[in-house]
Amino acid sequence: MTMSATASQRVGAGIGAVDSPLLTLEGIAGRPVSNTRRALRRFFQQRLAVAGLLITGFLILVAVLAPVLAPTSMEAADLMSANQFPSAEHPFGTDAIGRDVLTRVMFGTRTSLIVGFAAVGIACAIGIPLGLAAGLRGGWVDFAVMRAVEVMVAFPGILFAMFLVTVIGGGVQNIILAIGVTTWVTLCRLTRSQLLTLREQEFVQAARSLGVPEARIAVRHMLPNAMAPLIVAVTLGIPTAIFAEAGLSFLGIGINEPTPSLGKMVADSAQYIRVYWYLGVFPTAAIALAMLGFTFVGDGLRDALDPRHN
Amino acid sequence: MARYILGRLLGLVFVLFAVSLITFLLTRAVPGDPFASGERELPEATQIARAEKYGFDQPILVQYGRYVWNVLHGDFGVPFQSPSQTVVDLIRDTWPVTLRVGALTILISYPLGIVLGLLAALHRNSWVDYAVTFGSTLGMVLPNFVVAIWLILLFSVGLGWFPSGGWGSPAHIVLPVIAYSLLPTALVARYTRVSLLESLGADHVRTARAKGLAERKVLVWHVARNAMIPFVTIMIPEIPNILTGSIFIEQVFRLPGLGRFFVTSTLTRDYPMILALVLLVAVVWGITYLLTDILYTWLDPRIRLL
Repeated sequence: MTMSATASQRVGAGIGAVDSPLLTLEGIAGRPVSNTRRALRRFFQQRLAVAGLLITGFLILVAVLAPVLAPTSMEAADLMSANQFPSAEHPFGTDAIGRDVLTRVMFGTRTSLIVGFAAVGIACAIGIPLGLAAGLRGGWVDFAVMRAVEVMVAFPGILFAMFLVTVIGGGVQNIILAIGVTTWVTLCRLTRSQLLTLREQEFVQAARSLGVPEARIAVRHMLPNAMAPLIVAVTLGIPTAIFAEAGLSFLGIGINEPTPSLGKMVADSAQYIRVYWYLGVFPTAAIALAMLGFTFVGDGLRDALDPRHN
Repeated sequence: MARYILGRLLGLVFVLFAVSLITFLLTRAVPGDPFASGERELPEATQIARAEKYGFDQPILVQYGRYVWNVLHGDFGVPFQSPSQTVVDLIRDTWPVTLRVGALTILISYPLGIVLGLLAALHRNSWVDYAVTFGSTLGMVLPNFVVAIWLILLFSVGLGWFPSGGWGSPAHIVLPVIAYSLLPTALVARYTRVSLLESLGADHVRTARAKGLAERKVLVWHVARNAMIPFVTIMIPEIPNILTGSIFIEQVFRLPGLGRFFVTSTLTRDYPMILALVLLVAVVWGITYLLTDILYTWLDPRIRLL
C-alpha cells in the first residue's frame, strides 16, 4: 500500500476537500490537520462503522459487566424450569438443565470476546515480529520465515487447532493458544509485504542516504506507515477468532463446562431443536452481532486509514 | 515458466515433508494410547505385540522414516478405527461424497455471487445494491452450522420437502449444498461488487469510454478483466477449502464424507488417518496456490513470476 496517489485521486481530492488525506490548498494555508484526526473524521462519517462501534461497545460492556448484569449466576440451574420459552422471568428462556439463557449468553459473549482479543494478541505476538524480521533482514531470515508460512498455510487450520487442543487439552487458555497459533500467518505476510514496499520508497531511501541508522528507519519511518493495514487486519482478525471458537466449541473440542460458550450453546440447542427451537436463537444472534460489529469497525477503519479506498 | 513451475513443485515437496513431520511429531505428542479403551485392558504381552506390529516400539524418527517410505510406495497405512480397510480405500470411498457437495457448491455459489455482485455494482445505491449488501453481510456473519440447523427445521421438520440428513438420493444433497453455498455466495458477491466499482472508476476505463468504445466492450475487456484480479486472490483459495469439505455441514447433515474424519480421527488418535488427511489438504492447497499464481500472470501482465 503505497502512499502515492493516482491522478484521478488528486482530482477527487479537490472535490472531497476537507477530509481528503492529500495536501490541498486549504491544508497548506489553513490550520494543519493531523493524519489521525483526519482518519477519525473519515471513520465517523461512515454510518456502518459507527454502528459497528456501537455494537462492539455494547458487547464489551455486557462482557465486562456480565457478573453484575446477569440475572442469575453462571452455573445456577433449576431443573424444574428447564427448556422454558422466553418469559418475563427468563427473557431468553432456559436451557435443557434449567439455566437462564440470558445469563449464559452474557457470559458466553464474555468468553467469545476474551478469546477474540487474546487469540489475535497471540497472532500479533508471533506474526508481526516474524514479518518484521523477514521484511527488514531479508536473506536467509526471510527465506526461513516464508517457508514456515508456507507450511502453516498448507495445514488445514481447524485440524491444526483441534490437534493442539487434543495435545494440550481444552479450556479457554488453550483454545486461545490454538487459534492464535493457527492465524498468525496473515499478519506475518502483511507486515512483510508492507516493509518490502516501504523499503523502496523515496522517503526511506532519503533517510538512509542521510545516514539514519537502520533500526531508527525501521521504527520511525517504516513502522508508522505500515500501521494502517495492520490495524485493519488485527480488527478483522477478532471476528475470525470468535467464529473459530464458536466452531470448535460446536464440535465439542472447545471450551469445557461450566464456562459458557456461544458455539457450544448452539450445538447443545441443536439436539432439542424440533421441540425447543428458541434455545439456539439467542446465542446465534450474539455470535452474529459480535461478527457484525467487529467487521463493520474493521471495514470502517480500512476506509478511514487507506486513502486509496473510496 | 517451466522452470518456475518446477521450482514451485519442489517447494511443495518440501512443504509436504515439513507438514507430515510436524503432524507426525504432534500425533506422537498427544498423550494417550490410540488403542486404550479405558476398560478391560488387553494382556501385557498382547499390548507389546501390538506396539511392535505398528512399530510404536521404534524410535520416533525411525517410525517417521518408515512412514515416508511406505507413503512413497502408495501405502498410507490402515486406519486404527476401521482396520478392515486401508486409508486409501477409506478416502476413496468418502471423498466423492464431499467432492460432490463441494463441486455443486462452487458451481452454484460462484456464478450466483458474481451475478449478484454485478447487479449491485451496476445499480449502485439502489434497492438491489442494498439488498445484496445486506444479504451478503448476513451470509458472512451467520455460522453455517446454524444455517444448516435452521434449514433442517424449516424444510424437513416443517415442510417435509427434504430429508434432514443422510445420503443416497438426490434429495439428500439439496440442503447441505444450500447451507454450504451461503458463505461463498456472500463473499463472491461482496468482492465482485467492490472490485467492479473500483474498476469502473479507473482511468483506463474512462479512456476506453472517451475513445468511443461500445459500453459492452468496455465492461467485458476493461472492467471485468481487472475486476477478476481481487476475485482470483480471494476466491480461488476458497476452492480447496470447499472441496475438502466442511466438518460442520457434514456433521449436521450426517453425510458420509471426508469432513467427519477430521473430527473423529483427531479424537480417536487415528494416526494414519490424520496424516493422510493433512497431506491431502496440503497437496490440494499447494496446487491451488500454484494455479492461482499462474492465473495472475495471465490476468495482469505486470505481475511477473520468478
